[in-house]
Amino acid sequence: MAKITFDGIEVEVEDGTTILQAARKIGGKVVPPAMCFYTPLKGSGGKCRVCLVKVSQGSAKDPRPMPKLVASCITPVQDGMVVENTTNEDVLNARKSIVEMLLINHPLDCPICDQAGECNLQDLSYEHGVSAQRFEEERRTFNKVDLGPYIQLHMTRCILCYRCVYTADQITDKRVHGVLGRGDAAEIGTYIENVIDNDFSGNVIDVCPVGALTDKTWRFKNRVWFTKPLDAHRDCPTCSGKVTLWNRGDQVLRVTARKDEYSEVEEFICNTCRFDKKEMSDWTIEGPRKIERASVISANHYELPVVNVPIIPNLPKSAKKDLPNAPEQWNP
Amino acid sequence: MGLKILTEHINVPGIETLEVYRKHGGYKSVEKAVKTMTPEEVVEEVKTSGLRGRGGAGFPTGLKWSFLAKPEGVPRYLVCNADESEPGTFKDRWFMEHNPHALIEGMITSSYALGANTSYIYIRGELMFILRILEKAIAEAYAAGLLGKNILGSGYDLDLHVAPGGGAYICGEETALLESLEGKRGNPRNKPPFPAVKGLFACPTVVNNVETIASVPWIVNNTGAEYAKVGIGRSTGTKLISASGNINNPGVYEIELGVPVEEFIYSDQYCGGIWKGKSLKAVVPGGSSVPILPANLILKTVAGEDRLMTYESLADGGFVSGSMMGSGAFIVFDEDQCIVRNTWNYARFYHHESCGQCSPCREGTGWMEKVLHRIEYGHGHQRDIDLLVSVAKQIEGNTICPLGDAAAWPVAAAIRHFRDEFEWHIKHPQEATTPGAVYRGQLNSVTA
Ligand SMILES: Cc1cc2nc3c(=O)[nH]c(=O)nc-3n(C[C@H](O)[C@H](O)[C@H](O)COP(=O)(O)O)c2cc1C
Ligand code: SF4
Ligand code: SF4
Ligand code: FES
Repeated sequence: MAKITFDGIEVEVEDGTTILQAARKIGGKVVPPAMCFYTPLKGSGGKCRVCLVKVSQGSAKDPRPMPKLVASCITPVQDGMVVENTTNEDVLNARKSIVEMLLINHPLDCPICDQAGECNLQDLSYEHGVSAQRFEEERRTFNKVDLGPYIQLHMTRCILCYRCVYTADQITDKRVHGVLGRGDAAEIGTYIENVIDNDFSGNVIDVCPVGALTDKTWRFKNRVWFTKPLDAHRDCPTCSGKVTLWNRGDQVLRVTARKDEYSEVEEFICNTCRFDKKEMSDWTIEGPRKIERASVISANHYELPVVNVPIIPNLPKSAKKDLPNAPEQWNP
Repeated sequence: MGLKILTEHINVPGIETLEVYRKHGGYKSVEKAVKTMTPEEVVEEVKTSGLRGRGGAGFPTGLKWSFLAKPEGVPRYLVCNADESEPGTFKDRWFMEHNPHALIEGMITSSYALGANTSYIYIRGELMFILRILEKAIAEAYAAGLLGKNILGSGYDLDLHVAPGGGAYICGEETALLESLEGKRGNPRNKPPFPAVKGLFACPTVVNNVETIASVPWIVNNTGAEYAKVGIGRSTGTKLISASGNINNPGVYEIELGVPVEEFIYSDQYCGGIWKGKSLKAVVPGGSSVPILPANLILKTVAGEDRLMTYESLADGGFVSGSMMGSGAFIVFDEDQCIVRNTWNYARFYHHESCGQCSPCREGTGWMEKVLHRIEYGHGHQRDIDLLVSVAKQIEGNTICPLGDAAAWPVAAAIRHFRDEFEWHIKHPQEATTPGAVYRGQLNSVTA
């Protein structure tokens, strides 16, 4: 076991745990954001750099600070390590500048993007972005590409986190998905537009932190914040069959895997569950899905917002839950 | 003329053949090492020599070798980095083209020291003709029993392969090189783990530059202590310098480390002075990645001492008033060269060569290039200068590999030392975009 101090909070974790996972054990506002790391995907992380933190003491044995900011998602803890995230100005500035970099070539077409409302980049820019725009040049653009009948690739929105690449590599058995080209001309390629034809290919949609990979069966159907998420399951011969349904009334508009507060899926689901089972009768409903992500969809329809606590008597238990990631103004 | 450790016989006709190479003392170090020395003794000699990596970072080679992990039953590899693609650098290709056996001899001796039984030369894809030269030389070495099983009857086995890259600059970064050598996309790896622990095919690996490896035979033949006598302080031995730009004698020179920069530029032994007798404006002393210095600062340090061709002296003053030895690509600019245009050109290179994995480098290199392009073509704003400084700072230190830093430094340094030239470009777009027009303001403040 290793004991570390993260933003002044002590936490004890298994040896070999990354700084990010240790911070997630603490939870709440001190957790660094992560745009490329994805716990279920081996080898992911280290690329987007938004999770950079300052290691001000390497370990109990070797207390020297690390010379540069390090990516918390891939740096293992050492016993006695001291890490600064929200308490370090350099870290916050570096993060701001990385958010700026992620946005310069991003189309900012949120009003017409299906991911809006549950987009990690949107959340990240609200929290760490600057409102002024310094980039005056022409943005890089790509044409939209259909990856088979169900998935659309909108490369212009991609932040090259490589999550979909690792997913295609690790979940699906025939790899036809990778990165072509270099630098800001790099793009997700599926080798001459080979369709990703695989029972699990739809998972690339769930892992994508932005609206670069979207579900064509859901495209432009609705805005995510108007839908009601429900946990449901079915007897599926291919996957666990445990999903979240996104409904408008009794109409199933979309099916996704169940995601935790860091947008990481609990279990990958198959394409049949995702794309073909759009009737309520296909599913056994378990109940409302609690969304704990710091996004507009966490203002879902099942819990009273935690406002004016003293004014509302006998608040139901669910509403008293601490919503650590909720924007400030909800907790006056 | 100084001591020639690497290039003594390079002009001998037929030196590229095994026969002539051996006639001039070739492969003596292999005999000496495999027959009379333990691998540890070879490593010790290299440590004593003070030899530092010639690929750019200048890390002590002996130390690097001693970090190599040696778990039981796991193969170790030596990989020679012959990807040489840094703008201004052309020493390795010249060396391999003319004296291929010298590299192969170094590979054998070094592989023996590291206990590697398979080694690779990873060569830049554009250099196909040199790959053929190397393969021919390797075939000769196999035939003579210098490679393969039981080398010279010593019981030591070594297979040596040459592998071409696809011509991407980033594949010169050692972990991208290893990925590429494994047949994957050449993306740099996150470190740690370092190659010394987990390198090629997840086995302990040493990656060294061509020139570094080619220096080992002399050290084995003449001892590390002899090598350490050449040069000054921690800059021991000789170094190949690729000199280019506005000089009378561009080319590759082997210098003893410690030659004064002024002598290197103006002596007929080396660059032979500035072309057409013009005056010196600036020098990039170590390849496109290192900070540019104006004439006054390249010739003398801030303390007024002569700047020398050593790792320490070129870096004197840090990034405020110094630069770096880098890969030894010495690029000279005369009074008629435009620093803005050159900076844009470098930025364009890094934009094109970024692998695109990490956001600051992928986006920042393109951003800098676009802004510099605007300034160069007469559409700049004064605020762009500070913007460039800020973007460079946002990239620096926040990336996976040093390419991000390499892209940021030249821009930051050009603005640091030639800010008025940038301002002039922005203030006088018409004049600045006239063909042949150059800002001459700095020259007044420069004492060359
Ligand atoms: C972007 C980039 C490109 C590089 N290109 C080369 C190269 O072409 N040749 C080389 O020897 N080293 C190159 N290097 C340095 C290598 O990563 C590595 O440090 C070197 O090969 C180690 O050898 P040495 O210790 O003998 O210098 C490059 C580094 C970076 C970051
Ligand atoms: S398409 Fe999405 S998941 Fe794939 S690399 Fe781009 S942003 Fe990441
Ligand atoms: S710094 Fe640039 S070249 Fe290096 S890994 Fe990051 S994106 Fe690739
Ligand atoms: S989440 Fe750590 S670098 Fe992307």
